[in-house]
Amino acid sequence: MKSLLLPPHPKERRIVFKNAWTQGYTPDIECYLKDGGYEELRKALAMKPAEIIDEVKKSNLRGRGGAAFPCGVKWGFIRHDDGKPHYITCNGDESEPGTFKDRYILNNDPHQLIEGMAIAAFALNVHLAYIYIRCEFTKSAGIVTKAIEEAKAKGFLGKNILGTGFDLEIYVHQGAGAYICGEETSLIESIEGKRPYPRIKPPYFPAVLGLYMSPTIVNNVETLCHVKQIFKLGSEEYSKMGTPGDGGTRVMCVSGDVMRPGPYEIPVGGVTLGELINDVCGGMKPGRKLKAIIPGGSSSKVMRAGEVYKMKVKGPDGEMIEKDVPLLDITMDAASLAAAGTMIGSAGVIVMDDSRSMLWALNNLNTFYAHESCGQCTPCREGVLWIDKMTTRMVNGEGIAQDPITLKNVADNIAGRTVCAFGEAASWPVQSFLEKFPEEFAVGAK
Amino acid sequence: MDKQETHTTGISQSDRIPADLLFRIDEAVTHYPISKRSASLPLLHLWQNHFGFIDDSAVNWISKRLDLEPINILELVTFYPWFRQQPAGKVCIRVCRTLSCALAGGFEVRDAFCTAAGINPNAEMHGHTPPVSADGKFSVEFVECLASCGSGPVALINDDLVEDITPEGAAGILSQYH
Repeated sequence: MKSLLLPPHPKERRIVFKNAWTQGYTPDIECYLKDGGYEELRKALAMKPAEIIDEVKKSNLRGRGGAAFPCGVKWGFIRHDDGKPHYITCNGDESEPGTFKDRYILNNDPHQLIEGMAIAAFALNVHLAYIYIRCEFTKSAGIVTKAIEEAKAKGFLGKNILGTGFDLEIYVHQGAGAYICGEETSLIESIEGKRPYPRIKPPYFPAVLGLYMSPTIVNNVETLCHVKQIFKLGSEEYSKMGTPGDGGTRVMCVSGDVMRPGPYEIPVGGVTLGELINDVCGGMKPGRKLKAIIPGGSSSKVMRAGEVYKMKVKGPDGEMIEKDVPLLDITMDAASLAAAGTMIGSAGVIVMDDSRSMLWALNNLNTFYAHESCGQCTPCREGVLWIDKMTTRMVNGEGIAQDPITLKNVADNIAGRTVCAFGEAASWPVQSFLEKFPEEFAVGAK
Repeated sequence: MDKQETHTTGISQSDRIPADLLFRIDEAVTHYPISKRSASLPLLHLWQNHFGFIDDSAVNWISKRLDLEPINILELVTFYPWFRQQPAGKVCIRVCRTLSCALAGGFEVRDAFCTAAGINPNAEMHGHTPPVSADGKFSVEFVECLASCGSGPVALINDDLVEDITPEGAAGILSQYH
């Protein structure tokens, strides 16, 4: 990734990515220890579990996987002394189109993740944890497994960690090419050795009935790295970097038609979409104009260049007032993008210029969802195939007048009618592309 | 990844399991103290890494090893796109098909790999069984997002992620795998 070889952009603040790109930094434990590694685990082991969870709550860390759920609140669902075994499963099944951050952490700085996980495990009374890594990250499983062995040899994992009496085993579990395994209950089924059909919530909230039907916390790779950073910086300092209720930095992955695509670690709310595209990423390609932005991975609703959003913002006297916000002035945080009718999701920003056909782009995504539906729920299994067939036909110039209406109808009948959020993830692109770019889906449009 | 065996012997895979594979299988099962069934995916990976694909004898052997029914293993092999019931090429080329890579020219790169490998670019290449060149050397297939969207088009060639590929550069890349 060329962009990572550049010095950090002034808008960036590399914390989780601090070492992943430092010249001469290696994934072995000696290098990590030289940089102060595992000091935060020592700090955490001297605290009470409830105090650790409280620090994470105060940091305002939100999950970096896609749902932006407050991490400390999620941890708070686990009752420390309920007598049941508890588990952590780290979600490294990064597969959301447009998202590309986990590989660099896993391959270049695996101990950061292991330390974050060990802190989480101590807080949640966990003694067995799994890191689920998609097998397409061919080198990552070996690198992380070696890092686990090193940490064990130094007493940071295994039995009686640092003499505290706390035990933790971590194992790597490799996926096998299925996007659905990024869904947390699907990931759990996959670790149980089953077809990864998502479980229905309620009752199968992982924090209640997770891995082996025991309370389980599923956290994204980046999220667990942030846990370590919270203890390094202190929750107050950490939360200050973000917006109220959405603390810290996050890795924003920009791809598509910009000059300098790449993953950029930026304080939450620290850039607007315009600054991210035009400043951090060097703008559009020469002679090209912005046409569309998918702001949070392929499942998030598309935004059209030139749009102005009516958003509720805090006015000068603290009252909430409605304000017109142009697309490029929207800040990259969960609340702002939600107010604009889309989501920050995995912060995978896909940028498209005026040379692109929106029908072609949507068809590409439809093929993805048609390939990746697990097939458990009828509306999704059947619907995504029909959606893909229809847009494929339209791309081939064989569309009929009814197609946009039928497409919307099928999408409307998938969303909300499935066990997991894949139904929405597959429907939102269809619904939003049709709504934002109707002229490109009219009959005869190519 | 292990050096893959060639599919020429006609003897069931389960009749020729080497000692080091058995050792690694036993080790993998210990990672799952709560349920042996959890070792299904790791065992399938170890198996496919060694043999290149998973035959019927493998399904039976793994299911017995984990005290399961064969269907419990077969349903994983048919579900997860990574697993194969037929051998792929010795050099396995997985080109990312999804949006960011497609914007950067992923389809043209796929076609260029097909030309360089002597594979019909119109063959179905989005399932479990990719088209293989006549000499068995190469297979080319489309896979979904490889999570390297900022350096597209990308492809996974055996275990190597290759970034920023151009159609012009495709043949040169393959020549390194001869």
